[in-house]
Amino acid sequence: MTGIAMTTFIDIVLFSMLVATAIAIVRMRSLFAVVMLAGVFSLLSALLLVTLDAVDVAFTEAAVGAGISTVLMLGTLALTSRSELASRPAGLTPLLVVIVTGAALVYGTLDMPNFGDPNAPASTHVAPDYIAQSPAEIGVPNIVTAILASYRGYDTLGETGVVFTAGIGVLLLISGLRRRRREEGDEE
Amino acid sequence: MIRHHLILRVITKMLIGPIMLFALYVQFHGDYSPGGGFQAGVIMAVAFIIYGVVFGLATVQQVFPPWLVHKLLALGVLIYAGTGVVSLFLGYGYLDYGAFTPDHPEHGQHWGILVVELGVGVTVTGVMVAIYYAFAARTPAISDEDW
Repeated sequence: MTGIAMTTFIDIVLFSMLVATAIAIVRMRSLFAVVMLAGVFSLLSALLLVTLDAVDVAFTEAAVGAGISTVLMLGTLALTSRSELASRPAGLTPLLVVIVTGAALVYGTLDMPNFGDPNAPASTHVAPDYIAQSPAEIGVPNIVTAILASYRGYDTLGETGVVFTAGIGVLLLISGLRRRRREEGDEE
Repeated sequence: MIRHHLILRVITKMLIGPIMLFALYVQFHGDYSPGGGFQAGVIMAVAFIIYGVVFGLATVQQVFPPWLVHKLLALGVLIYAGTGVVSLFLGYGYLDYGAFTPDHPEHGQHWGILVVELGVGVTVTGVMVAIYYAFAARTPAISDEDW
């Protein structure tokens, strides 16, 4: 019982900090502070994922969201401007859109199974097979790794391809490879 | 040569080794603990990026030149896809790691996962560092007072 109360307490604290960070991000004008707060937001999300026992996802969130993204946003900041322009006060329409969307999302969660429900579709489809057979078939203690790299090896190959494509895209767009080639072409 | 930020420079030099070691740990211990190629690749890239942030782009590009980064980008995907091709040639299905040790499929799975995760890690490291280089190369030098 105390364990459940403790988890609820941690959840409430983390979510309050998450909301406070989000509000601070919206209200701030200094983009440097906003980037730092976005890193804080990522770290808080990572902590929430840890409380959901999704350590692999939390790990990724902390490394990518709080680490790399912050560096890239700082790089973008250095290219553009360091403070946000004052925006005109928006009317009621954005508030209405946000409230309606939020209400729709909350309404959508009413149908969802409870957290950790053993009868939830996600826990009754292929997951029991993976959990039962991966020690014998794969022999790797971390079932997440077994699923990711072996059972779903094609998916992960595709993901690696996506990461590769994204890298190539960024290189073509902003690294100046094309510009250099054109300059070389001009010399000829 | 930058003569200020003494504490930053010393701490960075102390941290880069452990960061890389941790990346290798996450990479090769992913079978047993949280983590794997994606996370390890990002952490390994962070080691280079932090060096670039503190010591300047030119310095880090001497250690890890852009042409090498661009090769690694493709090499990782090749390692991953090549693993599947090897298992094909051994008479098994694409990416069926049982092919590597036919008399003991579990060991084959272990090897396959290790190699495939290495491919993921190499590509992710390459992509992250390449994106950082691409951004940083466009960035004008900022004087410290501006921040």
